[in-house]
Amino acid sequence: MTWTDVHSTEARFARALLDPARPVPWDLADPAGHADALRLAVHRNTVSAALTGALEARFPTVRRLVGDAFFRAVARTFAAIDRPRSPLLHEYGTGFPDFVADFRPADAVPYLADVARVDDAWMRAYVAADADPLSLDRLAALDPEALAGASLVPHPATSLVVSPHPAGSIWMAHRSDPVGPVADWRGEGVLVVRPDASVDVHVLPGRDVAFAAAVLTGRPLAEAAAAVTDPAFDFGRALVGLVSAGAFVAVTPALGDPA
Amino acid sequence: MNRRTLALALAGSFATAALAMAPVEGVQAQGTEKCYGVALKGKNDCAAGPGTTCAGTSTVDYQGNAWKVVPAGTCATMEVPGGRKGSLQALARDVPRG
Repeated sequence: MTWTDVHSTEARFARALLDPARPVPWDLADPAGHADALRLAVHRNTVSAALTGALEARFPTVRRLVGDAFFRAVARTFAAIDRPRSPLLHEYGTGFPDFVADFRPADAVPYLADVARVDDAWMRAYVAADADPLSLDRLAALDPEALAGASLVPHPATSLVVSPHPAGSIWMAHRSDPVGPVADWRGEGVLVVRPDASVDVHVLPGRDVAFAAAVLTGRPLAEAAAAVTDPAFDFGRALVGLVSAGAFVAVTPALGDPA
Repeated sequence: MNRRTLALALAGSFATAALAMAPVEGVQAQGTEKCYGVALKGKNDCAAGPGTTCAGTSTVDYQGNAWKVVPAGTCATMEVPGGRKGSLQALARDVPRG
């Protein structure tokens, strides 16, 4: 008897565990032969509480933003339809931000999904592989043509969350106690990095967001800079800012570039 | 601007900024984040505590009620567009009626 045998006791137990609408499996009975619904409920609750707990740990800022009761309701609804696909529990909830975005009761907090994306980026940065960030010296050693044609390899911990809401400021405001005000209500690009042991969250200057997004998707530096329309954009300052934040791990020279 | 000129302009811009070595621009969070990852590890496989029932937590019926809970929390000092404050009451009026 194996797990893959859909008629096995284990498979029946698993199906009943995940779907409360299913009856107690006939072979899950007490010594007298009676189905024991209450005991199965214990196991169902353990699964639900474990998944909800994993989401609480991965999305602490979302939880703080909406409160425990609301968060538990969202998390339980999500957990009922989305099951872990990895034995690593910290990977559970990858689809949670998108789920929150479509969750009607959360319509009153339109920025909630993007705050969830920052929480998600924080956790991915936290567990990402260690790597020495690219140094400014490496870039400074390139000649002008090589620098213009080079693309940068993102550090394994790096992500950028681009939001029409001040998702980064809201996130930061809810990481401190008491919660501070969000002074400037505008869209933000939030850069999450972990150059060393601790995760850093930066709200990028607005003029640098498009450039950062382009470079992080691997576009060559000159191309990424040319696509920026904001007159306040300064290539050098933007690049130095991103590199010294630890956002990259290596530089890839232009391929077959006719100098 | 041709390619060579552009490359020189970009390199000049980079060199200037690198020399100035401006600290990372933008706002940065205070470093209090580290505690979360630790709690995640040992906690989740038995978050309910062994042998608990918590009747209702696994049924979908219960969640219908839970949805009506207004997003509460600690956002009282936050300003949201439209002149609203991010307080518990302000958010309540925007919650769709169940």
